[in-house]
Amino acid sequence: MSNQELEVIIATDCGSTTTKAILIEKKGDTYRQTFRGEAPTTVEAPFEDVTKGVLNAITEVEELSGRKLLDGEKIIPNDGKNGADIYVSTSSAGGGLQMMVAGAVKAMTGESAQRCALGAGAIVMDVLATNDGRAGHEKIERIRQLRPDMMLLSGGTDGGTVTHVVELAQFLKSADPKPRLGASYKLPVIYAGNNKAQDKIKEILGESTALIITENLRPSLEKENLMPARHKIHDIFLEHVMQQAPGYPKLMKMVGAPIMPTPAAVGTMTEKFAKANNYNVLAVDIGGATTDVFSVFNGIFNRTVSANLGMSYSVSNVMAEAGLPNLLRWLTYGKIEEQDLRNRLKNKMIRPTTIPQTIQDLQIEHAAAREALRLAFDQHKALAVGLKGVQQERSISDAFDQQASGQSLIDVMKLNYIIGSGGILAHSPRRMQSMQMMIDSYQPEGVTMIAVDSIFMMPHLGVLSQLSEKAALDVFYNDCLVRLGTCIAPKGVCKKEGEKILDWTVVTPDGKEQKGELLSGDMVHIPFDVPKAKIIAKPAKGFDMGAGKGHEIEASIEGGVVGLVFDGRGRPFSMPQDKDERIAKLKKWYSALDMYPVAAMND
Amino acid sequence: MAHAYTPGLKVMPCTVITKKRLLPIPGKVLAEKGQNVDALEEVALTELPGKVYSVNVANKLGISAAEVAKYMLKKEGDKIEKGEVLAETKPIIKWKFLQDLLKSTVESSITGTVESISTVTGQVLLREPPKRLPIKAYITGKIIDVTPDFGVTVESEGTFIQGIFGIGGETNGEIAMAADKPDKELLPEEIKDEYKGKILIGGKYASLATIKKAIEKGVHALVVGGIDDRDLRLLLGYDIGVAVTGTEKIGITLIITEGFGTIPMAHGTFELLKSREGEKASVSGATQIRAGVMRPEIIIPGMPKHISEVKRDQGRGWIEPGDPIRIIREPYFGILGKVKSLPPELTVIGSESKARILEVELDNGEVIVVPRANIEVLEK
Repeated sequence: MSNQELEVIIATDCGSTTTKAILIEKKGDTYRQTFRGEAPTTVEAPFEDVTKGVLNAITEVEELSGRKLLDGEKIIPNDGKNGADIYVSTSSAGGGLQMMVAGAVKAMTGESAQRCALGAGAIVMDVLATNDGRAGHEKIERIRQLRPDMMLLSGGTDGGTVTHVVELAQFLKSADPKPRLGASYKLPVIYAGNNKAQDKIKEILGESTALIITENLRPSLEKENLMPARHKIHDIFLEHVMQQAPGYPKLMKMVGAPIMPTPAAVGTMTEKFAKANNYNVLAVDIGGATTDVFSVFNGIFNRTVSANLGMSYSVSNVMAEAGLPNLLRWLTYGKIEEQDLRNRLKNKMIRPTTIPQTIQDLQIEHAAAREALRLAFDQHKALAVGLKGVQQERSISDAFDQQASGQSLIDVMKLNYIIGSGGILAHSPRRMQSMQMMIDSYQPEGVTMIAVDSIFMMPHLGVLSQLSEKAALDVFYNDCLVRLGTCIAPKGVCKKEGEKILDWTVVTPDGKEQKGELLSGDMVHIPFDVPKAKIIAKPAKGFDMGAGKGHEIEASIEGGVVGLVFDGRGRPFSMPQDKDERIAKLKKWYSALDMYPVAAMND
Repeated sequence: MAHAYTPGLKVMPCTVITKKRLLPIPGKVLAEKGQNVDALEEVALTELPGKVYSVNVANKLGISAAEVAKYMLKKEGDKIEKGEVLAETKPIIKWKFLQDLLKSTVESSITGTVESISTVTGQVLLREPPKRLPIKAYITGKIIDVTPDFGVTVESEGTFIQGIFGIGGETNGEIAMAADKPDKELLPEEIKDEYKGKILIGGKYASLATIKKAIEKGVHALVVGGIDDRDLRLLLGYDIGVAVTGTEKIGITLIITEGFGTIPMAHGTFELLKSREGEKASVSGATQIRAGVMRPEIIIPGMPKHISEVKRDQGRGWIEPGDPIRIIREPYFGILGKVKSLPPELTVIGSESKARILEVELDNGEVIVVPRANIEVLEK
């Protein structure tokens, strides 16, 4: 079907708990999301058939829209009044795609293999490497224990040494790993390593595993070639893994385009959005159990999953990893005891569906969210790096500016856009809370636009973008993104409270101007809902807005439901150590931003 | 009449309990369909392949990887004893005593078999003998189904009680009451010698000292209303980040029925356990609060004295006005009450969120508003 013919599209995302359906219709020249429905996912017993939940969600769309879409278990072709031109779907039900990856050297091929699998939408259960510090038998035990859906084996550059990757293959053979689903079939293993070792690998793994050989994902130290292996991962996801999941063979017959793993679809949408606008983008999805981070910097896409950072099932792990003092630092309540906070978070973990009823409880959840976002971002920065092991040519002029290989690609000064999704960001009682949580966690510098995907439509749009980029982007701009506004934060250290650090002028497309200044230590909120405007910002000496210290910049900004937030706390931003001083500061900032009711911020 | 679905823990005096008892990898099923089994009886058995060890023979003998096969004294599949010579190099010298003096050998570090010999890496992999892995019936009952090569399904009639969180694996023992009331704290000095091997029931709270005393006295499992998270951390030596438990090895299975903190055990749970005092129970602390929720459990086969009817698990709980509930989140955490009404419309709550709520009437007649997500229905 050519893209021109797409008028009506039905899309679903089968999540672990909920299956969400959306209807997209072409209105004039623009595609719009018109109706949505949802139903519990039916992968687990007693139903064990994912299509039941899909049909229920689509039926809800039918009821709301008055448009008949289903004939039994089939999608009716569009006849103008009823039916749809195409049905597409993503899936993360049943635990998503779980992989184990292996590479010769952990920081080189191991890391490339990890990036490859994560980018394909997988959860990476472990990274094996010759130098990962584990003895041979420990590696074998680990492979046997984990039971992944598939394995990605890489190692060595093309034509280089074969020893390490052959050793890994031998460990793998000895472990005789079983796939997670379907005990009777062989574990799919993708080999994307040294091309000179292919025959040896076939000899070792050809019989005991379902071996697929593809191009080396690290053909040379200077080059990473992730796409061939990523495509193979998607093929196997559809051919092997999905075939074993309850009801998926039926679902695969219903769809008009291959089913994508949910995170892969979100990644695709993030990439399309970044490319269409020439932006550096950071997108995050914070769930109950995991936090997914996607970034596109200078056109390079990266994804990480922090498997145990989340707001309910994993909230206790956020406390364990961040440490209690880091959670307490966001609270305006001085009398909450450590014991009480620990018990509260554990009770949230064991009863994950409960919701905060008081502002105090809400602040605790917001504190945990900030720390989960921060930790997941740290993990992302560590993996979204340039290639390690690359030889760099240096001239004498580099003598004072030497950088090691493998520098992080993430530079918050160059970050243009942040998109947040997940319950805590999408459904905060006040939108300012969502915006401020992202500002506190990511500490963007310069000018950064911020939005939320309020009903998590990015998966649907990601899979749709494979068929029609226009349809996906139209809906993304018009219905998916809830624009919160723009954060303006000069980089520099605040030496004295109350000093002027920025002069700013906002100019709207009709020429109206609004001016102001920002003092160090202050947070300022300016309601502003003009969709597109311009800011001219002149930082004080010692402060940088992206053009160097003290240099004026001109940048595009977006207004939104929150508006503009001027952050004068400085970068890097540090919280006062003294408890009373810290609480006084928090109260001042939260009040200036109208984050919480003032009276409810006291003990 | 207004009603709403609410999750709740199962506390059933007498119900039908079925347990699938399956091996992780194929093996042999030892019981037949229709057979009665005891909780401690083995129903299936398999052998786990032994651990694999690698020996870099090429390095140890100072030869190239390609030459390894030439110097091996053992072939792939051969049995080996610990200390036995796997490979050796002998210098080409006429005199035996000099040969022995100058030769290099590689000895096996384990007893087992030679798994593989690689002429690419120079590594030899050795495998230990397989490990026996039996699976027990866990509950006393009848085999109602056999899954060939994997195991059985056991069915039993009896009392079934779920806790909210636990640590430690499956165990068995007689029920013993250490507290006389559900709102009593269990103190260390109340843990007596005679509780060895028992499933011990306390009241609202057990401190770290109490739990440690129970471990010291050989108590098999301890069931209380609540514990402090800080104590759990001290007990385990680490923070439990994600609630997937059951494999901890601390010498006791610990089950909390209500939550973290000091919370009286639900009256119904306490009284039901009391009515089964002295009877044998199967207990598991395994908890998993994600995809396929698993809660810790206490199973006591047979009927309580005052019960004659077996109730099948309905699988869903609905609440209606008049139902007894417990509030499970601040600011009313642990408070008991009765459902007064279930207004259908979304209501703005204290956190400024809009949520579906219910009105709860407390014992003193006071009526409070709580989000529906923050209550748990108690047994009627």
